[in-house]
Amino acid sequence: MTHPDLPPARKETLLATPDELRDRLRQLGKSSLPADDPRRAAVQEIVAAHAGQPGALLPILHGVQDALGFIPPVLVGDIAGALNLSRAEVHGVVSFYHHFRSSPAGRHVLEVCRAESCRSMGSEALWAHACDSLGLPAEGGTTPDGAVTLQPVYCLGLCAQSPSIALDGQPRARMSAARLDALVARSVVDEVAA
Amino acid sequence: MSGAPVRVYVPRDSAALAVGADEVADALARYCAERGQAVEIVRNGSRGLLWLEPLVEVATPAGRVAYGPVAPEDVPALLDAGLLAGGAHPLRHGPTDEMPWLKSQERLTFARVGITDPLSLADYEAHGGWAGLRRALGMPGEAVVAEVLDSGLRGRGGAAFPAGIKWKTVAAAPAAQKYVVCNADEGDSGTFSDRMVMEGDPFMLVEGMAIAGLAVGATRGYVYVRSEYPHAVAVLREAIARAEGAGFLGADVLGSGRAFRMEVRKAAGAYVCGEETAMLESIEGKRGLVRAKPPLPAIQGLFGQPTVIQNVISLATVPIILARGAAFYKDFGMGRSRGTLPVQLAGNVKQGGLVEKAFGITLRQLMFDYGGGTASGRPLKAVQVGGPLGAYVPESQWDLPLDYEAFAAVGAVVGHGGIVMHDDTADLAGLARYAMAFCAIESCGKCTPCRIGSTRGVEVIDRIAASTGEAREQQVELLRDLCDTMLHGSLCAMGGMTPYPVLSALDHYPEDFGLQPAAAGA
Repeated sequence: MTHPDLPPARKETLLATPDELRDRLRQLGKSSLPADDPRRAAVQEIVAAHAGQPGALLPILHGVQDALGFIPPVLVGDIAGALNLSRAEVHGVVSFYHHFRSSPAGRHVLEVCRAESCRSMGSEALWAHACDSLGLPAEGGTTPDGAVTLQPVYCLGLCAQSPSIALDGQPRARMSAARLDALVARSVVDEVAA
Repeated sequence: MSGAPVRVYVPRDSAALAVGADEVADALARYCAERGQAVEIVRNGSRGLLWLEPLVEVATPAGRVAYGPVAPEDVPALLDAGLLAGGAHPLRHGPTDEMPWLKSQERLTFARVGITDPLSLADYEAHGGWAGLRRALGMPGEAVVAEVLDSGLRGRGGAAFPAGIKWKTVAAAPAAQKYVVCNADEGDSGTFSDRMVMEGDPFMLVEGMAIAGLAVGATRGYVYVRSEYPHAVAVLREAIARAEGAGFLGADVLGSGRAFRMEVRKAAGAYVCGEETAMLESIEGKRGLVRAKPPLPAIQGLFGQPTVIQNVISLATVPIILARGAAFYKDFGMGRSRGTLPVQLAGNVKQGGLVEKAFGITLRQLMFDYGGGTASGRPLKAVQVGGPLGAYVPESQWDLPLDYEAFAAVGAVVGHGGIVMHDDTADLAGLARYAMAFCAIESCGKCTPCRIGSTRGVEVIDRIAASTGEAREQQVELLRDLCDTMLHGSLCAMGGMTPYPVLSALDHYPEDFGLQPAAAGA
């Protein structure tokens, strides 16, 4: 029964039969990766290591990111299933925390502290220098060759020796533009030599 | 020349590692081996004189002698100058304990930090470790709580709530399972004392948590450490394993028949998880959304159970209170601020580091007598006390004594004791904008004043910069109104205190916003 003031109902296009919909619902929460993908085994192993631990999601996500470098969205279903959570819940956690990545970083990760203490010692100029020398926009990012990801960090706890940075997780303090360039160049050279 | 190995200390604190301490230790080992000089290199915590890191100390018959800052390339010349015998060299500072910067401090919580090998159980015990736990084990739980209450210890994480009252509440709450959670999500810029304790004297934190557990009847402890502190996470995990191996933790703490176990939880880079209820959510494996209070975490905390939540410094101070008694600790300080505060001198400071003093010392003494003024040599303009949510304190207030109530009276906060100094090149409008922008990045999103207010705050500050005359005055009024809403309408300190740096910048440095000093009056 159509109200005269309302536009006529649009003709619905049937997108799926009820059986197909039921099948899709069954697939929700399941990984789209083949069962023998090695990354699935890695996740199973990490999940098993945290079996019985209350509130295990963050430790598991750390484990996955440490093993794979990031948390592939295709594995979120596996993690969710193991913890009896929905994919939305796991995705919500992954996307809430700055530390977790859903896509791979560059081969080296350069974090420049931009918090107050480092600001008082010129971190904004250091950040701008890092962006310029890596050819990145003002908000940082990953270089086109995938060598370096530049991102801000808000405090490394080295505030008496500002400005500070972390390169591949290793904090360095009393940083200058020249020292930063040398550190980055050295890690890229090491990579070529390796 | 050989003989008994000379003991040389090269810190393993992040602040030393970040300026090349590993390279210095390697160089020392290599050059000494080349010269046939026997040395034992101890990787200690940091003494807290961070402008001198890496600070190398040599054990001599006359005590430990300090050299710093030592670069790897300095090592041959230092050895030539007789480093191993405490010989003269431009980098030599004399006996460490006689250095005025250190000697004039009142180190209670930091008494061992930098002196011992952080992971040596023997060192810890030899320097008074476990005395507090042993005494607590011989006392009923309520007597331990009373001791903490009597000491006047207030939460050192920033809120300064009396620790004993929290413990009493948890002890009185009936539950099969209770928890002790240590908040080591030290995200405030300008603070590093938690990190120094975890890396430099981790057993002290273990002991403090075990005492808290025994006092309130909790059998499990969690330490929530930020992911930006990889060294602290590693040292603490190793310390917990060693303490458990030696019977200080586990099913039967020191044969008492009482259990206490600990676990380190690595955070994941969300500033708001330093807020206690967001931290609980995070440990439970959820997004770090702030909870409404009540219920208080002391009644319904982690996994819905009664939970003692304290910052690292608060818990690390418990062993000395138990070992020496409440009266000893209470004897330090002023007013209702009892004991000592490990102050962190940071930012644009010449001699930055850790200064532990009784409450009552002034900012000016800290920044000039200890800090030596700015690193740049330019005039000091502003100082932010208490982290990103603390007020900018102008020169007219630098003679205030460090005291929770005295600071609160002028709209400032002592907080966690972080002091970030800025020279006269600082743009306070830019720093106010940053405070709002940081809140926008880090807001958990649960309440509107914080989530939306911070974004609007950035926009209004930008409009203040872009406008003139009456239009600018209107935007300033709007900013004050917005700050008022955030201050009174936010669920937690994230949105509720972001106005502190913003309004203090506006009140004390109006010229940075393009205003006449008189026009900015509230």
